[in-house]
Amino acid sequence: MVATAPALRALPSGRYRFSGALRSEWTKIRTVRSTAWCLLATVVAGIGIGILASASEASRWRNGGVIDKLLFDPTSVSLTGLIFGQLAMGVLGVLTMSAEYGSGSIRATLAAIPRRPVVLGAKAVVFGVVAFVVSEAVSFAAFFVGQAIMAGSAPTATLSDHDVLRAVIGGGLFLTLLGLFALGLATIIRHTAGSISTFVAILLILPLVDSAFPAKIGWPIGRYLPATIGSAMTSTTLQGAHADFLPSFPFWHGFALLCAYAVGALVIGGLLMVRRDP
Amino acid sequence: MIEARGLTKRYGDTLAVDGLSFDVRPGLVTGFLGPNGSGKSTTMRMVMGLDRPDGGSVKVGGRRYHDLPWPLREVGGLLESKAVHPGRSAYNHLWALAQTNDIAAARVHELLEVVGLAAVARKRAGKFSLGMTQRLGIAAALLGDPGVLLFDEPINGLDPEGILWVRTLLKRLASEGRAVFVSSHLMSEMALTADHLVVIGRGKLIADQPVADFVAQSSRASVRVRTPKPDPLIAAMTEAGGRVHSEPDGALVVNGLAAAAIGDLAAGLGIALHELAPHAASLEEAFMELTHESVEFRAEDVGSTPAVAEGRP
Repeated sequence: MVATAPALRALPSGRYRFSGALRSEWTKIRTVRSTAWCLLATVVAGIGIGILASASEASRWRNGGVIDKLLFDPTSVSLTGLIFGQLAMGVLGVLTMSAEYGSGSIRATLAAIPRRPVVLGAKAVVFGVVAFVVSEAVSFAAFFVGQAIMAGSAPTATLSDHDVLRAVIGGGLFLTLLGLFALGLATIIRHTAGSISTFVAILLILPLVDSAFPAKIGWPIGRYLPATIGSAMTSTTLQGAHADFLPSFPFWHGFALLCAYAVGALVIGGLLMVRRDP
Repeated sequence: MIEARGLTKRYGDTLAVDGLSFDVRPGLVTGFLGPNGSGKSTTMRMVMGLDRPDGGSVKVGGRRYHDLPWPLREVGGLLESKAVHPGRSAYNHLWALAQTNDIAAARVHELLEVVGLAAVARKRAGKFSLGMTQRLGIAAALLGDPGVLLFDEPINGLDPEGILWVRTLLKRLASEGRAVFVSSHLMSEMALTADHLVVIGRGKLIADQPVADFVAQSSRASVRVRTPKPDPLIAAMTEAGGRVHSEPDGALVVNGLAAAAIGDLAAGLGIALHELAPHAASLEEAFMELTHESVEFRAEDVGSTPAVAEGRP
């Protein structure tokens, strides 16, 4: 029934490795339906809302005001959907960790890999790679589709224009890094609903709250919000979609901040994972 | 081999596990008995490195679980029946676990056959019955062909055929030289499968001994005696230290004296015996007696006054 004779099989040399954890996490992420649904939602929201925004700008351009025309950023318009795609990517980041706690499979996982940071690291790498590939594809697709829709009716951008390639790549980086931030959040919170609510609050609700304050207070805080950083990174002008003509952080500052958010959440999550019983 | 030494786990103010020390030796099925909530699952989670002890330590094969080079190849655990993502198939669940410890896919297929899930291996585990989920958990425990196995309430949710299968499996695993540690709150189950018992109540060790000794030590062990002349025999048995109760049908039930001693007494008095039947306490009775004492002791401990304490024998 069980393959061994009374003399038990000898253990192989060495020990379990990070590569095994990576392969295991890759198996896990590709064998649940929620992954495909989240990625599909990222694609549909990211490209679809970009199409709507681009079509809307194209029809309005002829009657637009001078200032609107001066500030018009076709790159940013075509990437409008990314913030909504971000919601779906964030949900996938959350589920990558919280589904293990919700189902109890975290115990099987940690029994197989007792070193918690190895588990978290493998999840972050596998999710990060999946998110990066899909996010960049969505960002580039949204850009090309958006420009095609606006062509003829409004000014358009090409990748060779100043800062355009950076903005399109930046859109993918934004999705990826905030997805990793969501993974870190879920490691801290450990519940799917709580983690998603927190993520949505940070992404969409905080900017609304912030905009309720006078600019003198709202702006210094608001430019640290992920959504603000995201719209700045996907823009070829400093303002991005966050208006009031107040400059957001430049691209690389924003990128560094997003990295810090993601790494910070993952490190705190990892420390808690080591300290707490699953 | 599992070695627990002074294992302690605290949840808030309550001690879930209180200074527990025991060994689980290879080649034996060690039953882990205790009422619900006595700390069995917590102890097993600490063995598996899932819960961190507040005091003491537990080693598997001489190492802390955290330091095992190939955890799944050394220890297999069925800790909770629901430890599977409901959307993942049985095969993919096992395959993801196997990959962490460099276990071949062939082993996954083999185990799905062993536990009888090969036909539903590609179905989502969320659709499984409790019994099928339990079988999947057992497959996960056996994945790395480990020398130490822990099963927390393995027969939960299984049908009679499944229960028989688990009993046979546990004994077989032990006979192959593995250390098998099985928790249950069902004494009858342990009577059928365990060689050795670790009994806990309220997180404390109550007994750690072979099943036979555990039963023999119980004061519920008794001898049934039937005789046409009860009175002189009752007097003699009481004098020899026995406690005698008369049953309505005229039989005597004697505690504290062996059947041989009673036979000798009767022979000495020239009294005929029509029945002399030793009755070993069932594991269940022995267990109830022990855990009852532990509960009483704890209750007394909490609300103790000297008068009450002295009032007890």
